[in-house]
Amino acid sequence: MTETAPSPLISLRDLQVTFGLIPEPVVKSFDLDIARGEVVALVGESGSGKSVTAKSIMRLVEFSGARIASGEAWLYDNHGGRTDLFRLNQNEMRSIRGSRISMIFQDPMTSLNPVLTIGFQLREAVLRHATMSKADADRICLEALRQVRISEPEQRLKQYPHELSGGMRQRVMIAMALALKPDLLIADEPTTALDVTVQAEILALLKTIQRETGMSVLFITHDMGVVAEIADRVVVMLRGDRVETGDVRTIFEAPTHDYTRALLAAAPKLGAGADAAPAFEPVTDDAPVLEVDSLVVRYPVRKGLLQRVAANVHAVEDVSFKVHRRETLAIVGESGCGKSTTAKALMNLIEPTSGAIRLHGRDIASLTAAQMMAARADIQMIFQDPYASLNPRMTVEQIIAEPLEIHQRGDAASRRAQVTELIERVGLPIAAAKRYPHNFSGGQRQRICIARALALRPSVIIADEPVSALDVSIQAQILALIEEIQRDFDVGILFISHDMAVVEKVSDRIAVMHLGEIVEIGPRDAVLRDPRHAYTRQLLDAVPVAHPALRKARQMEARAMMSPIRPLGADHPTSPMREVSHQHFVRADA
Amino acid sequence: MSAATLGFRHRFNYLLAPKVVFGIAVIALLIAAAIFAPWIAPHDPARQDLMRAMTAPQWGGPHLLGTDHVGRDLLSRIIYGSRISLAIGVAVVLVSGAVGIFLGVISGYFGGRTDSLIQKMLEVFWAFPPLLLAIAIVAFLGQGLGIIIIALASQRWIPYCRLARAEAMALRDREFVVAARSLGASPARILTRHILPNIVPSMVVVGTFAMATAIISEASLSFLGLGVPPTIPTWGSMLADSRAYISTSWWMALFPGLAIFITVLAINLVGDALRSHFDPKLKNI
Repeated sequence: MTETAPSPLISLRDLQVTFGLIPEPVVKSFDLDIARGEVVALVGESGSGKSVTAKSIMRLVEFSGARIASGEAWLYDNHGGRTDLFRLNQNEMRSIRGSRISMIFQDPMTSLNPVLTIGFQLREAVLRHATMSKADADRICLEALRQVRISEPEQRLKQYPHELSGGMRQRVMIAMALALKPDLLIADEPTTALDVTVQAEILALLKTIQRETGMSVLFITHDMGVVAEIADRVVVMLRGDRVETGDVRTIFEAPTHDYTRALLAAAPKLGAGADAAPAFEPVTDDAPVLEVDSLVVRYPVRKGLLQRVAANVHAVEDVSFKVHRRETLAIVGESGCGKSTTAKALMNLIEPTSGAIRLHGRDIASLTAAQMMAARADIQMIFQDPYASLNPRMTVEQIIAEPLEIHQRGDAASRRAQVTELIERVGLPIAAAKRYPHNFSGGQRQRICIARALALRPSVIIADEPVSALDVSIQAQILALIEEIQRDFDVGILFISHDMAVVEKVSDRIAVMHLGEIVEIGPRDAVLRDPRHAYTRQLLDAVPVAHPALRKARQMEARAMMSPIRPLGADHPTSPMREVSHQHFVRADA
Repeated sequence: MSAATLGFRHRFNYLLAPKVVFGIAVIALLIAAAIFAPWIAPHDPARQDLMRAMTAPQWGGPHLLGTDHVGRDLLSRIIYGSRISLAIGVAVVLVSGAVGIFLGVISGYFGGRTDSLIQKMLEVFWAFPPLLLAIAIVAFLGQGLGIIIIALASQRWIPYCRLARAEAMALRDREFVVAARSLGASPARILTRHILPNIVPSMVVVGTFAMATAIISEASLSFLGLGVPPTIPTWGSMLADSRAYISTSWWMALFPGLAIFITVLAINLVGDALRSHFDPKLKNI
């Protein structure tokens, strides 16, 4: 890491990239040096030009309508020679891609071809660059799969992408990128689409392989935790400019640029909220506003010509919890654990298989249609993706007024007055009313969603990953807004998230879900400081560290994918919860 | 800011491409001709003058495009014929659009049994050769403008229905629709407020192409003598009249044919431009 005078591998000089007819460059006279064996993190928020920079090195930007307006990209070889990548034609560039510079992408679900086997795709990648026999190519593929620690590599070669979990697929992508032993690996947010435990495995794996092979890595990310885990050196980008660069420790300990400081401050850090008491006390002595009792949701899996039910997905099993007024209960868990299904059952969007949902003590299954309408008004939802959850063809005013119209509250004038009030309450300018969603940024859109959720003055709001699609600096503002409205409107919040650091910031109590069950539930500090269930500990352990000095050795082996699909008629034995301390319950199988 | 104005100019440029300008100009001319036919047509389209039958086109003469076998002025007949072509084109697009979008959206949004029922019906209609079904309808119900429109719309709702169904299926699970459903919105409200406005652009594109084919089919029906009553001049019936005289009076076939060709071309050019305009992949350039 700290050899004297490291030999350079690639140096980017004065890179300018423009898009279409827009004269303003997306990347402005950008310099970047990567030495051999170095891990450089390129950090910035969405739109900062970090991916464009990486794709410029690969000369892939030209396929998406961009133009490299000026600059040089010198790639050094082992004998002291160098080539300017920007002077090569696409044919010459193809021989460099994959063999000297490889790239892995964000979404392992879409970067593999679903109709070809893993083996075919790996071999194709190898044979494209090297002339060798199929047997030799297969040997290289097998070796690459072993290198990324995939269990039973011989079997995997015959499998199709859908048979592998997301983490496994990202391993395959890494194997493909590494098969020809490139000098530089460009990793474009390779763990963003993955669960936190899988992210930890992949980061550990990349780090180990990097050490074993001595290759350089350009790691693109928006997550300062990931930077702390893996980088040697950090380059911070803001609107196409490099604002700061330095050794990872220097960046974390003594950032010089305001933006870097802001990024570090905004990054949610697990443990940061340890002493911060909740801003106000939840009202827990009176009756809970929402009570869920032994909720079970199972989906049928249909198969064959006659669409017979072949098995059941046990999405939610024996889930019970209570939410009080002004209280935030966080449900954490990884994708597929059943947290969103629970939310859908609460919103009456799907029918629970069994169990009871009580709103103000009344079971919603027993309600008449008219009472159900009223109950719907009392429980509202904020969705994950503020780009998808607003109708692009309605104005902000129409969007926020819609719940009022559906429930026939007030006349047109009073609705308009309420909408104006709500728009101001969530911190948007009044002029926003007449505009359409596409005029707003992600954070502003989420404010619109919050205003819509508040319109009917509900007593419970379900927030399904409300900040996970937002940049970190925006996350903090939206979380603060959610806390404010909780206080002002006296609502109980069910906060669904996969991000432990965010959960620590907002929650009063935490429920950890795994394979459809709540495995641990209790007051925030009890769950985070004294986790009793093995899965909770695993989750907490996987959260990226807050500072490079805190790096720890991690497990790199892929865990088996656990499936919630059970054969027909299988009952689901759940072990009882036992109380380990005040209000802190853990599944007995811990 | 600069990006926004640039985007606008970009869109503007788009509509100023020569072929699109040509398309819009031809359609505008057609509409003007249809509305102002009595004023711009040099002669009465129905007036026969056997002395001047089959006069060749003559620049500066009384009959610019010549006359037909009974001496009627071709230019006047083409101008009056545009009324029928346009009326039928627009009416067929509206009728087939209304039926197709309604069925398609219901099919896609509700799915299940409703969907398979509507789709089965669609397949039955689709199984007939297009013109044959129209001919059968006219043959059974008799000639008349309304019946022609029904006959031509009888299969033209299918592309609307298919596309509306696909789009409704995609929109059904979008979060903003789920959000509306979780608010307690009725299916009717979701369909009219959330689904329909979002499928309008693609329906407009289908509509332009449907209009072009409707104009051709109307001409075909008229050519076969199954169009509107023979006293009304249409491009198709003019072509039909020319059949017997094609070897001696080429103009009788050429000019109505050219009118159909240019009109359909213009509508297709505009349709193409609309399609590119609404294509989400082109939006962010």
